[in-house]
Amino acid sequence: MQRLIDRMKELLADGTVQRVLGWKQGDLGYNPEPHYFNSAEELDEFIYDGFCGANLSKYMIKGSELEGKTLVLLKPCDTYSFNQLIKEHRVDREKAYIIGVGCKGKLDIEKIKAQGIKGITAVKGAEISGDCDELTVETVYGEKKVAYKDAMLERCHVCKGKEHKIYDELLLDSVDTCDGDRFECVDELDSLTPEEKFNFFRKELSKCIRCNACRNVCPACSCRKCVFDSNKFDSAQKANVDPFEESMFHIIRAFHVAGRCTDCGECSRVCPQGIPLHLFNRKFIKDINEFYGEFIAGEDAETKGPLTDFTLDDIEPGERR
Amino acid sequence: MSINQEFKPKIVAFCCNWCSYAGADLAGGSRLSYPADVKIIRVPCSCRVNPMFILRAFERGADGVIICGCHPGDCHYSTGNYYARRRMTLLFSMLDYLGIEKERTRVEWVSAAEGVKFSTTMNEFVSAVRELGPNRRLGDLRCKD
Repeated sequence: MQRLIDRMKELLADGTVQRVLGWKQGDLGYNPEPHYFNSAEELDEFIYDGFCGANLSKYMIKGSELEGKTLVLLKPCDTYSFNQLIKEHRVDREKAYIIGVGCKGKLDIEKIKAQGIKGITAVKGAEISGDCDELTVETVYGEKKVAYKDAMLERCHVCKGKEHKIYDELLLDSVDTCDGDRFECVDELDSLTPEEKFNFFRKELSKCIRCNACRNVCPACSCRKCVFDSNKFDSAQKANVDPFEESMFHIIRAFHVAGRCTDCGECSRVCPQGIPLHLFNRKFIKDINEFYGEFIAGEDAETKGPLTDFTLDDIEPGERR
Repeated sequence: MSINQEFKPKIVAFCCNWCSYAGADLAGGSRLSYPADVKIIRVPCSCRVNPMFILRAFERGADGVIICGCHPGDCHYSTGNYYARRRMTLLFSMLDYLGIEKERTRVEWVSAAEGVKFSTTMNEFVSAVRELGPNRRLGDLRCKD
């Protein structure tokens, strides 16, 4: 991490960039937050560890409106979102100086808590300097050991790859963390009966409190005016009143990002209720791949998205290919 | 007096102004019958149908939703129905994934000259939905009697 901080200070000092968009130590040991650092002194609070899961690409929409260049740190999966935002003319490539940072899989504090570990005061071994095999969780009841892999976010187990798709320079090493198929969960659900599928989603979506965290964090949800904020629309900015509204919010949101979602997994990471929201996006991605050919949103900044394109002999609705 | 207890599904049909709506007109003009359960909503193009319309229809008590448009290649606006086709393919697949049977949703291409096709399509669709029974999954309880 020191190498990264030194390089950032260097770029700030020679005037290449005006500010740094990175992660700042949070009030607990395991909740770093995105932050704009305006000076070299501020960088003392900078952190980059296993808990820095936040995708910074969306913050560059604001960064593109600021004077001068912004240094932004992007993990491999974040670069897909950044490409997608360039394609949608939401960020300015010229205003960004991208340092692609290595990634060894990001951690999920909820996964650690789910193993029955309570009263966590600190997590050691998340510094990602070494091999990242084991975490030492300090709790008020003593120390506990957790395998790094068992504390990783779901999205890191089905990682798209550790290759940065857009960058000005690369720093720090990556470790391949992929050990699963990202469409397995979709296939599993698809094989259920309608009744079972419905009950599953009803159970998950009934937890939704409409905090809008999934929308606010999603790099694809970057419309200046969102349909869910319109006061002409009766589910605007309020809690869901019935099962229908819960389902509708999530179906429509998934549909609005279909073909643009890079599967960065931020929606599921930020959900305070732990709803597996990526299941919706994965279904769309899988369908698009099956029906219209393999498409990876954000792989480059030029290719037309599948829903803004068509061919004369597309599959008919309801058919299976 | 006996009350007819047979289930009468509510069907919402979004028909494109240029082909299917005229097709429905022709079906009527030719004295072909189709169930009165079908409520037609005229839209400028099948592409005008926002996914939200379909969800709203289900919310307000529809048991099935069908979208009718011009045959691919015949769109009044040249390409509208090609986009609609992609959108609806994905949306219907998603609804199926969520447990809304895919028999409840349908897209059919009906031209202005196909009164017969309009009538047979609607008859078929209504009986398919009648088989499935009422839609209890996506509905607003406040809209139910």
